[in-house]
Amino acid sequence: MRREGSAFQGLGAVVLKELSDHLSSVRMRVLEWLVVLVAIAALWGAIQQIKETTAEDPFLFLRLFTTSREPLPSFVSFISFLVPLMAIGLGFDAVNGEYNRRTLSRILSQPIYRDALLFGKFIAGLVTLAISLITLWLLVVGLGLVLVGIPPGAEEISRSFLLLVVTIIYAGVWLALAMLFSVVFRSAATAALVTLGLWLFITFIWPVLAGAVAQIIAPPDPRYIALGLQTPATVQLEQFLARLSPSTLFGEVVVALLDPTTRSLGPIYLSQMQGAVLGAPLPVGESMLIAWPQTVGMIATAILLFVIGYVVFQRQEVRA
Amino acid sequence: MSGDSVIEANGLTKTYGRATAVDHISFSVERGEVFGLLGPNGAGKTTTILMLLGLTEISGGEVRVLGFNPARQPLAVKRRVGYLPDTVGFYDNLTAADNLRYTARLIGFKAVDREKRIATALEQVGLSDFADKRVGTFSRGMRQRLGLAEILMKGAQIAILDEPTSGLDPHATTELLAIIRGFKAEGVSVLLSSHLLERVQSVCDRVALFSGGHIALMGTVAELGRAVLGGGFVVDIEADGAGLVDRLALIPGVSGVEKTGIGKLRLHADRDVRPEAAAEVVAMQGRLKYLGVQEPSLDAIYTRYFATRPDEEMPMKEGSRHAA
Repeated sequence: MRREGSAFQGLGAVVLKELSDHLSSVRMRVLEWLVVLVAIAALWGAIQQIKETTAEDPFLFLRLFTTSREPLPSFVSFISFLVPLMAIGLGFDAVNGEYNRRTLSRILSQPIYRDALLFGKFIAGLVTLAISLITLWLLVVGLGLVLVGIPPGAEEISRSFLLLVVTIIYAGVWLALAMLFSVVFRSAATAALVTLGLWLFITFIWPVLAGAVAQIIAPPDPRYIALGLQTPATVQLEQFLARLSPSTLFGEVVVALLDPTTRSLGPIYLSQMQGAVLGAPLPVGESMLIAWPQTVGMIATAILLFVIGYVVFQRQEVRA
Repeated sequence: MSGDSVIEANGLTKTYGRATAVDHISFSVERGEVFGLLGPNGAGKTTTILMLLGLTEISGGEVRVLGFNPARQPLAVKRRVGYLPDTVGFYDNLTAADNLRYTARLIGFKAVDREKRIATALEQVGLSDFADKRVGTFSRGMRQRLGLAEILMKGAQIAILDEPTSGLDPHATTELLAIIRGFKAEGVSVLLSSHLLERVQSVCDRVALFSGGHIALMGTVAELGRAVLGGGFVVDIEADGAGLVDRLALIPGVSGVEKTGIGKLRLHADRDVRPEAAAEVVAMQGRLKYLGVQEPSLDAIYTRYFATRPDEEMPMKEGSRHAA
């Protein structure tokens, strides 16, 4: 059975409406200020630190993103912390908000499919996040130029640009999750709490838990312990479990992109390191190759979450 | 069914798991007709409406809206049908005109066309002065009117109104019903659902009484009155005069006389016996203070119908869904 007409009829109208809602909303303004202030604070700390310590670093510009100065965390840690918050803030009441305002059945009685509404809201949310992140990125690059005084090379610009792209993808994962819960839960407050709870769990508790679970399922071999080494099976399981969390994936991509000397994101055998010049930087393309599985993993997670939300939404009753 | 019907439902059924919300209902709505779906909350009215719009899956039976199948061609149906949901909502932070602009964009009207349609529609429902006011400040009646403006702007051939008058004060209800009559005048068919019978009676050409997912009765109000109230006329008389009761009981066609108060009598007859009754009172040199015949009212029909079938008046299976 084929549906008549395009699933994207009305998509443009939904995107424009949602985008203008987002950009003019108080919620978005608060989030933007939060992000900008935090970013400036982190950047300021990084610049002070860089001025004091590193003199001869070939990738000085990238240090802007990763260097931290007590008590502030680095710029990327801030980003990996705040981007999910922004995404959840934009998405948690996407569908149930329409429901509670009793606009849903009226909108769906217009000649559009539900696809357009859900997809339009996702795109609008993602564009809003992208606008904020691009602004932030330009701010950091500009401030770095002015305050550090060293122009970044093509290598550094392309690496930080890739970081921007990956951050937008990462935001998409959380936006899709928030929208999924906005479909599942009729109450916006419940959806927000559940999403935030899951975010806390995935980001802060799961990495710790992954280690414990791995120890239980694949106990370390006493022979390795005697040698002061980690058991490969345990480490591999722990890493597999930890990588189920998009926060872990994002963290690994950040490491690969911002530290050009990164050669692997997992444990490797000494034999695999033969002939490698330790500490020598990799070209951008190679670093991206290392981070590619993680990036694809995040894209797949976002798509999966969106599809689940889509299926649930399609099967939902619209009556108020 | 006639060839000029805009909605035709045949054996339409909707089940939720094992509960049946709508059970094999059949009806048709003619072009330019005002058709009322009446019944208690949870009788299946809203579910029927959602099936007509293709907003919920049809479990069984057939339905054609303007010749289209809403399950297969929802866009074609939704382009031609306007829907005012139960307690309609708008974006409170947008103005009335902006709300309509969004809908117009969703429908796909061109920019030039859009503004003209919006202005005309707001004019028709008397909201022109409030076009640039935020909907957050609107009263319930104004929101309902804005909902009707949306249907007008859409240029719908059928307007489906779910409980349009519920929660409105008498003045707002009168205004709303006037707009609904305006729909009819423009040749737009109207399907409206309600549990407020008295107000709706005045606009409906035909009604269907819903009960527990079935259509219990269907027809014009007069037809239903004959079917349920036994075709009888009830004439109320207020007069004095000794022996009046006996005299009135002798009028041909009168089946019973009852006293309803001091000097007040009620005649049950199979025709309108007002002239004869008046003549009798005058003949007895009594003083006639009041003489009136009760039109069959939906309220009476409804109460009588369900009173004789108490088992069907039970709260419906999907009652909890409506409460939300």
